[in-house]
Amino acid sequence: MNSELYGTLVFELSRKGRRGCAVPATEAAAGAVHRALPESLLRKEAPDMPMVDEPSAVRHYTNMSTNNFGVDTGFYPLGSCTMKYNPKINEALASSPEIAGLHPFQPAATVRGALEAYYLLQSFLSEIGGMAEFSLNPYAGAHGELTGLMVIRAYHAERGDFGRTKVIVPDSAHGTNPASAAVAGLQIVETRSMPDGTVDLDDLRSKLDESVAAVMLTNPNTTGMFERRIPEIAEAVHAAGALLYYDGANLNPMLGVARPGDMGFDVMHINLHKTFSTPHGGGGPGAGPVGVRAGLEKYLPNPRVVKHLDGSFGVISDSDSALGRVTFWLGNYTVLRRALAYILTLGADGLMHVGPFATLAANYVMNSLNDLYKQPIPGPCKHEFVFDGLLDKSTGVTTLHVAKRLLDMGFHAPTIYFPLLFHESLMVEPTETESKETLDAFIAAMRKIAEEATSRHEQLKQAPLCTPMSHPDETEAATHPKLKWKDLT
Amino acid sequence: MSNTHHYFPHTQDDIDAMLQRCGVSGLDDLYSDVPSSLRMKAPYKLPEAMTEPELRRFFRHLDRRNETLTCFAGAGVYHHFTPAAVDSIVSRSEFMTAYTPYQPEVSQGTLQYIFEYQSMMCELTGLDVSNASLYDGSTATAEAMLMCVAAAKKKNRVLISATVNPIVAQVCGTYARWHGIAIDTIPEHDGVTSLETLEDMLGAGDVAGVILPQPNYYGIVEDFSGVSDKIHAVKALMVMNCVASTLAVLRTPAEWGADIAVGDAQSLGMPMNYGGPYLGYMCTTRALMRKMPGRIVGATTDASGKRVFVLTLQAREQHIRRDKATSNICSNQGVMALHTAVYLSLMGRDGLREVNEAGCSTMHALVQKLCAGGQMELAYPHKPYLNEALMRLKPGLSARGIIDKAAAAGILAGVEVAPDLLLVACTEMQSTEDVDAYVELVKNMNTDE
Repeated sequence: MNSELYGTLVFELSRKGRRGCAVPATEAAAGAVHRALPESLLRKEAPDMPMVDEPSAVRHYTNMSTNNFGVDTGFYPLGSCTMKYNPKINEALASSPEIAGLHPFQPAATVRGALEAYYLLQSFLSEIGGMAEFSLNPYAGAHGELTGLMVIRAYHAERGDFGRTKVIVPDSAHGTNPASAAVAGLQIVETRSMPDGTVDLDDLRSKLDESVAAVMLTNPNTTGMFERRIPEIAEAVHAAGALLYYDGANLNPMLGVARPGDMGFDVMHINLHKTFSTPHGGGGPGAGPVGVRAGLEKYLPNPRVVKHLDGSFGVISDSDSALGRVTFWLGNYTVLRRALAYILTLGADGLMHVGPFATLAANYVMNSLNDLYKQPIPGPCKHEFVFDGLLDKSTGVTTLHVAKRLLDMGFHAPTIYFPLLFHESLMVEPTETESKETLDAFIAAMRKIAEEATSRHEQLKQAPLCTPMSHPDETEAATHPKLKWKDLT
Repeated sequence: MSNTHHYFPHTQDDIDAMLQRCGVSGLDDLYSDVPSSLRMKAPYKLPEAMTEPELRRFFRHLDRRNETLTCFAGAGVYHHFTPAAVDSIVSRSEFMTAYTPYQPEVSQGTLQYIFEYQSMMCELTGLDVSNASLYDGSTATAEAMLMCVAAAKKKNRVLISATVNPIVAQVCGTYARWHGIAIDTIPEHDGVTSLETLEDMLGAGDVAGVILPQPNYYGIVEDFSGVSDKIHAVKALMVMNCVASTLAVLRTPAEWGADIAVGDAQSLGMPMNYGGPYLGYMCTTRALMRKMPGRIVGATTDASGKRVFVLTLQAREQHIRRDKATSNICSNQGVMALHTAVYLSLMGRDGLREVNEAGCSTMHALVQKLCAGGQMELAYPHKPYLNEALMRLKPGLSARGIIDKAAAAGILAGVEVAPDLLLVACTEMQSTEDVDAYVELVKNMNTDE
């Protein structure tokens, strides 16, 4: 990463008379819009887009990219985000001229390969999740949660059970869980965590009644602990007539170990951009396929890819009992292709190693640092762990300082101040694709920071000092929002 | 457990040393908390690992069973030209392998392109504020619907024009059903939103928002003169769902008086890719800025006074509001926003107008030829259109029949709207020869039947 800030906006490169590409158009086209439409339907002024030549535009965005940290740049131990390596072959296969020109509404007979790819991934994910069927449509983890909750509501509604308006989530849940429930029209009831971060089964039982539609859990949970009483939890949830939802954000350590369907979950989503190595893309696009156990298939959203008796594939858009639509078409196809390529590259045996290696890496880092950082929950973690800041809090060095100092040392920061169970949460997820040398370098950096916290804590609190910028004025950004180029001038 | 896969860096020595540090003797010991009844007893029933050449062959075999057709279909997804420079930039791993820009010190690349993207979308829509993007045009419209209801507080009725793309309306319907929003459809009259009926429906009193399309599903550019005043008179919000590319030439949502502009930005040079990824854009007024879902990037200064970019106005967002949230969006379309920013930078002020002129010119030429052939006519002959139009087929012809026969000849003839209605679109991508081949094919069909 370049430590100098690039910072120029493309608008600032604009000069009248420059252009960035030649548009295929006939001369006859000039003025066509004005001939076809009355002035009253046209905009008064052309949009003020930048006017740059192609070489300058390419250099501009390339320079901009050098101010970004990515998995290819360095270690990205962001807890609950599973920043594993994004294989290059997946990128090579994701997009190609052969698929770029496929229109979603072209006849099924002309997209047999695409439909087969969908069908294969659906069935692979069903096997991995221990579910009966998957819909690949949802565009992101949060979108999968929302879709899954709608599936659950549709199931209750069809049984005439309209009183189930609540969803129970642990107080350690990702913020997205309650937000998804709210958008799905459900009221949120929080259940307490035990000191070790797992569900308090007695508290959960006391909240389960005929008004509960679902219980949403991540397993392992957001503190990286496996819910060892999951069979009892599932039994209690089902006895109350509710369904159990698996938030697949933390599926990675379970690969090769246990399947959510076997744990008793009824509905789940998978973040393909976490467990199945598709790139995060600075925020998207991702994919959040939703799986269901047998008996719930008909509630999955339209459209769906199906295999006909003759072996051909088709798309069903108007199944009566289905949920309806939550996407324009069948999901983010190029993201889904990457996940398919990942599964095929690792194969049945390779996938069995993913969870154990991810868990080994997390435990190794945790056990290499818990003499200096406060480990609030004992015992082996799964793919990630939480520290509650430094053991020695007398220096006033906080989790934020530790995170910012890591940036100086060439590492991305862990997830900080989440989960909300601890004041100084610092959550590390190393993934299975980081070498021991990388983990050792991270451990050394974390130990150095702990040492600096005692030897030179005033300087430490100034971090970062070696990044392209530091200490942005976030209050100013929020109180006087400047959200576009013209707000600056 | 042996390890030979190239995605796993650990040697057996590494594994042994790491296990020792953890104080356990085997990987299984790290899972002692997983009840044995839940443990997998056998590997997944999945194919064996493939090498890269095997994987390439596998995908080649799949892709060979797709046919790329000369595209005259639209209905929300359009075949446009993408400069090679866009793909080259978007595929840079510094952008592609980054997470959401939570740490601004090491994410200025991502934050800066989102700021550029927001600036460009504000230019296209004429509105004050853009978010960092949403999933696609249909979910963005559903988010706008949620926003209307949240802004209106006690009102929960949303009106949606019958001329909105039916898939967009269906997605809104799914979200509305579970969120407890009542959706009423404003009927169409002669291919456009019935403004008279809209006025009556607004009179009912509990309308939070009105969703109108531009161009509409049939390709018609609707005239919404005076509509915003009527909507605002009942304290409802006006939402316009617009095809992004056409915003370069059509009267803007801001000029129509809209409060929220949403839609799909696929038409800004994104590959069709059999359904995605695309990008849902959303812009609004300064007054509604704090009600908008999704990420927003703002400019500020850093410790040394340099202009820098950060995620801002986060008090709106789901991770803060949790169960008080009115949206669960916690991401954006990332590299697709970059795709849009690079595309619009290269298209510049003239390119996007030229794209619209080319599509408009080709479409009008095609319609003229198709009508002259006698096999079809414009379904709404007196309505203005840009680059897409609904064609009514003469008796004896069916949309399905034309689409299937054309597909066999390598042409995607359009999208079936009804057995006798075919929705046809053009862009800068169809040559005169393509148009003539299409016309010829339809002409021959008529004589066949």
